[in-house]
Amino acid sequence: MNLPGILAIYRYEMARWVRTLLQSLVSPVIATSLYFVVFGAAIGSRISEIDGVPYGAFIVPGLIMLNLLTQSVANASFGIYFPRFTGTIYEQLSAPLSPIEIVAGYVGAAATKSIILGLIILATATLFVQIRIDHPVWMAFFLVLTAITFSLFGFVIGLWAEGFEQLQLVPLLVITPLTFLGGTFYSLSVLPPLWQTVSLLNPVVYLVSAFRWSFYGTADVSVEVSLVMILVFLALCLGAVWWVFKTGYRLKS
Amino acid sequence: MSQIISIKGLSKTYKSGFEALKTIDLDIEKGEIFALLGPNGAGKTTLISIICGIVTPSSGSVTVDGYDIIRDYRATRSMIGLVPQELTAEMFETVWATVSHSRGLFGKWPDPAYVEKVLKDLALWDKKDSKLITLSGGMKRRVLIAKALAHEPSILFLDEPTAGVDVELRNDMWELVRRLRNSGVTIILTTHYIQEAEDMADRIGVINNGELILVEDKRELMRKLGKKQLTLQLHDALDAIPASLANHHLVLANDGSELVYTYDSQGPRTGITHLLTDLAEAGIRFKDLDTSQSSLEEIFVGLVRRDR
Repeated sequence: MNLPGILAIYRYEMARWVRTLLQSLVSPVIATSLYFVVFGAAIGSRISEIDGVPYGAFIVPGLIMLNLLTQSVANASFGIYFPRFTGTIYEQLSAPLSPIEIVAGYVGAAATKSIILGLIILATATLFVQIRIDHPVWMAFFLVLTAITFSLFGFVIGLWAEGFEQLQLVPLLVITPLTFLGGTFYSLSVLPPLWQTVSLLNPVVYLVSAFRWSFYGTADVSVEVSLVMILVFLALCLGAVWWVFKTGYRLKS
Repeated sequence: MSQIISIKGLSKTYKSGFEALKTIDLDIEKGEIFALLGPNGAGKTTLISIICGIVTPSSGSVTVDGYDIIRDYRATRSMIGLVPQELTAEMFETVWATVSHSRGLFGKWPDPAYVEKVLKDLALWDKKDSKLITLSGGMKRRVLIAKALAHEPSILFLDEPTAGVDVELRNDMWELVRRLRNSGVTIILTTHYIQEAEDMADRIGVINNGELILVEDKRELMRKLGKKQLTLQLHDALDAIPASLANHHLVLANDGSELVYTYDSQGPRTGITHLLTDLAEAGIRFKDLDTSQSSLEEIFVGLVRRDR
């Protein structure tokens, strides 16, 4: 195994993140704080408790997920797209690195970044609302699993994209709507039955539901089903990455 | 000398249908400087890219020090350093960080002393903390070389290394290439500057339209194809070449004021003495003479033209 190679990619990606800390860390934290101010304090005070949890606290797991998903995808997709765009990818391709090692470096770094961000948002949330974590081990598990899965998804997008516009397309047109419609700000039970069923097609529902369960012990969908769905999505992303490296799609001619 | 790279029946057809390489067979000797000459689009970069693992071959095989480039890619790629044609580098990184990064990618643990040596050899030491974006084109080229050398490769590919580089830097670079060769590194370079191949290479391969037209020891090549010309500037211009000189195959040039004699300088008899005797007997006087040897450039242009 080329451990120095994996670490080189990992360190390089982390260094890039530190260089752009303002954009990569401060701006999501500010954005999330604004959500707390608006939804938690201003509007939330007029909304009754959901499943016995005050509204401000109810939205915390969803907001962490929102950031975790968007940042994982953004970090990983940009991480691999940028060397493709500038041409420096020649070095990774000519290095004695297996596809798994390249993925481990990029996805590992992207997941680390979004996990750190998720934890910082959690810490920020405690400044605004009172939070309880019933299942901390499961909370950490879902945090890590989701970060890895969506970093893989981002990696695939970064390989697929042929321009900066396409790079933004999926996060903007797919991830953000799915997250907002995935029960970040509400419980599925408030929706009409038809929309409850439609919502079950949204993979983010399972992520938010399972994550919220680890906090407050209540879930829209059973945790077991959520876990299976997350693992299925992980398997799909792994399959896509495997296919990319096997065929050389967009990497090698 | 033993072979370090062995290419057998290698071909590449891109998805677009473009046949970049027809069947290529080539052996590179250990420790030599091999120059790959060819016009744009001849297949030089494709050939290098396949050996380095960036492009997948359509057929054929390549071994590096006995290891297959696909099956044993870890072994082969660890031995190879590549300096690409384009100035592509991590523009917002410092020189030190990007060179250290390359070392890691190729499976070597950090060795600040070695990286320092590489940077000093390339006159980059005082720029080690500069971001690449602030460097000149020539400096960036040096950084790319430093990156390629960061993992102590035994084979170095230089794809058009001196394109867009000033004369001084070019000389420095060739000095470095010579030093590397002396330390046992095998060097394969592609170039447009035939003078460089002539000055630097031990062997020369000419590639055109995806085919290796010839591979030859440089001196042998110069000898085989190197014609020499003797130009005699005549005292009195001639209208035609006298019949008594017909067997010398002379050419009249410059409105009859010059006689040009072409001969093989390496041959057992150049025929010069005979020619001069015949000229004296024919009463032709000359005021000056000049000899010139065809350069590799002329040989190259001749070969590529013939191949069209």
